[in-house]
Amino acid sequence: MNDYNELMMKIQKYDFTLKELNLYLDTHPNCRRALAMFNKYKKLKTDAEKEFNQLYGPLTPIQNNSTTDWHWVSDPWPWERS
Amino acid sequence: MWIYDKKLEYPVNIKNPNPKLAKCIITQLGGPDGELAAALRYINQRYVMPSDKVKGLLTDIGTEELAHVEMISAIVYQLTRNLTPDQIKESGFDTYFVDHTTGIYPVSAAGTPFTAAYFEVKGDAIADLTSDMAAEQKARATYENILRLADDPDVRDPIKFLREREIVHFQRFGEALRIIQDNLNPKNFYACNPSFDKNCGKRR
Repeated sequence: MNDYNELMMKIQKYDFTLKELNLYLDTHPNCRRALAMFNKYKKLKTDAEKEFNQLYGPLTPIQNNSTTDWHWVSDPWPWERS
Repeated sequence: MWIYDKKLEYPVNIKNPNPKLAKCIITQLGGPDGELAAALRYINQRYVMPSDKVKGLLTDIGTEELAHVEMISAIVYQLTRNLTPDQIKESGFDTYFVDHTTGIYPVSAAGTPFTAAYFEVKGDAIADLTSDMAAEQKARATYENILRLADDPDVRDPIKFLREREIVHFQRFGEALRIIQDNLNPKNFYACNPSFDKNCGKRR
């Protein structure tokens, strides 16, 4: 479960960075430096989520790639994780 | 966590304003069987559900209800565009207008502000899912009353879509209730709360 928590924390950090940049860009839509950072972290997040999905399952219903199982509903749910 | 998509679940394109109808339809935003109450009901109930399938279903239906909140708000917004003072006075929309202008505020058709008392969290899977099935039926009945009052096809079309969704949600909640009941010992039916009493009522 250690690798799980590590990868999850990485995704949460990327998500939070993107959220902060998102709010900043809402009021500074022409800031190229913020846009460059946004694109950089978007790629990091996408790659990390892809890795997470392969190892532990989807984080959104749309990420469910299996043709045999609907892993989306599988425990644990976020409020149950330590 | 949640992510916002910049689109409606189903299109809303209303050409003609109708503030009188808007005052009725707003009850599906802030009224007793409205979409806001539904969203909060399911999103709050999911935490103590004893089945991962039901946790998933409540998350997903709760999320869809948030999209319905947006659709109802879009309908009310489009029905109250470009109003003249005479239209506001004659339609009875004046009682809403005086407090909120044409902003979107969750109230019932009679003007009562939204309250958490409109929804329930019992912390008991059977009680909550049974109540959810009733909630979907009450919302379906409200949409049918709105369809009795609305002539404009631009309004009726998205309202008919929302009515259909209540029926689908009712169906899914019925299945969720069956999933919970199938995991109980029939000899111990209702004797314990599967959300609270650990292992109680489970087949050994």
